[in-house]
Amino acid sequence: MNKNVERLYNGLIKENPTFVLMLGMCPTLAVTSSAINGLGMGLSTTVVLVFSNLLISAFRKVIPNGVRMPAFIVIVASLVTMVQFIMNAYTPSLSESLGVYIPLIVVNCIILGRAESYASKNPVIPSIFDGIGMGLGFTFGLTCIGLIRELLGAGQIFGFQILSLEWFTPITIFVMAPGAFLVLACLVAIMNIVRAKMEAKGKPLAAPSGCLSGDCSGCAQSAMCTGRSLSKEGAASAKATAAKNAANAPKTE
Amino acid sequence: MSDLYHVSSSPHVRSKDTTSRIMLYVIIALLPTSLFGIYNFGIKALILILVTIASCVASEWIFNKIVHKKNTITDLSAVVTGLLLALNLPATLPWWEAVIGGVFAIVVVKCLFGGLGQNFMNPALGARCFLLIAFAADMTNFVIDSYTGATPLAAMRNGEAVNTMDMLIGRTAGTIGETSAIAILIGAIFLILMGVIDLRIPASYIITFVLFMVLFSGHGLDANYITAQLCGGGLMLGAFFMATDYVTSPITPRGQIVFGICCGILTGLFRTFGANAEGVSFAIILSNLLVPMIEKLTIPRAFGQVKEAKAKEGGK
Repeated sequence: MNKNVERLYNGLIKENPTFVLMLGMCPTLAVTSSAINGLGMGLSTTVVLVFSNLLISAFRKVIPNGVRMPAFIVIVASLVTMVQFIMNAYTPSLSESLGVYIPLIVVNCIILGRAESYASKNPVIPSIFDGIGMGLGFTFGLTCIGLIRELLGAGQIFGFQILSLEWFTPITIFVMAPGAFLVLACLVAIMNIVRAKMEAKGKPLAAPSGCLSGDCSGCAQSAMCTGRSLSKEGAASAKATAAKNAANAPKTE
Repeated sequence: MSDLYHVSSSPHVRSKDTTSRIMLYVIIALLPTSLFGIYNFGIKALILILVTIASCVASEWIFNKIVHKKNTITDLSAVVTGLLLALNLPATLPWWEAVIGGVFAIVVVKCLFGGLGQNFMNPALGARCFLLIAFAADMTNFVIDSYTGATPLAAMRNGEAVNTMDMLIGRTAGTIGETSAIAILIGAIFLILMGVIDLRIPASYIITFVLFMVLFSGHGLDANYITAQLCGGGLMLGAFFMATDYVTSPITPRGQIVFGICCGILTGLFRTFGANAEGVSFAIILSNLLVPMIEKLTIPRAFGQVKEAKAKEGGK
């Protein structure tokens, strides 16, 4: 169970797909013009992610290595089609405003990334929790961006007028494409400050999970890896052990 | 012993030009335009100019404090950015929107990319375009003598006649600094005489623009129309004060001419075929983005260097 909680924490904060891994940037920038759009996109991705992780993890021993990508895509595409039909039926307005980005969940790199780097190598239960964690992390990121853009660009939160138009002039650039880049950049910058502070305290947030060798060349996860902290950490730990050895050396002699 | 005499390794020839000195010349050159803007639009224009300059200088100071960098406000570049930005705003703009513009110009366009000398587009124009998209209604609300009117360019676009003489002197609606062609030219002549700018960019910009308008605007060689297009909008201010920005224009002489031609074609395109009557600021910042490529293509040949193709022929 402990491992499952760790997976949730990992997806939400440590390897947040939006702010740390920088995955799924296309829907992140395109649909977050309001908080409800961000939330809807995030939750539908979460559903697909959880079930695709479940299925891929369950079939991981059956799928031949050579055709694993087509197999993953088939699984993900069937799930996305189901989600799309359900959304068409029950939330038509949301599905209309998300438009083409719902079918595009098929090629969302978070889903393929998790399938490739986690679900295809791990048992079913942790994979499900990994999907929930990553999905909620994505939802959290998208909703944050959507909230800020909607508040600045229209003075609203989830469609309710928070800032009165009597004294507030909506900064319309924030509901347009450039606003998405500006808000995302600011949030990532804040996240980087937090990470730097945590690293300085000795509690690195972004150590990539599952990195065993510390050797990036030939690592299957190199596409997913957050890199920077790894090399730093590796160097730091190497130094630390060297220092320890040096300190211990006279004693042992 | 003069300060200019140093026994040291090269460079041996030193000039008195410093960043702050050049910026001071630019500020002096902008004075006639600013004063005319204040005369034309009243005390509101003065307040807006002061607020914008203050917000630019303050945001540069605060940014440098936060990131622990050496403070650079004494080089006056933030003052120039603030002044240019204010001259590009309509006098009726609410002051807090001007403050946002100043912060955007300095923090986002300039400081985040490494400060003066590293910015990839003109900060004042970047901020103007940001404001134009963010507050479209306020940025196109032009009032003169308490009468809301279209700018001469918008009027011409609608097929109305405009008074070219008014446009030369500047008694028209528009942003604070763009209306008076004469005031801008006085400043430009001062800058050229002091050697701060040379004619390559402005001349190639304006000549290309005139050629484009003659060929494609549908008015042909109509002197009145061309003059009105030249004096209307931000063309004069842009050509002499913003396209010539040292940081965001090419350093090579041939590149500067290419850059001017790019600006001219884009401005003509936007004014003739675009959705808005004005397109100078977008034309200049788009050309700013082309500068690294232009510089790469126009590296001057060193003395004695032979082109590769010719060298091969010689070898045969």
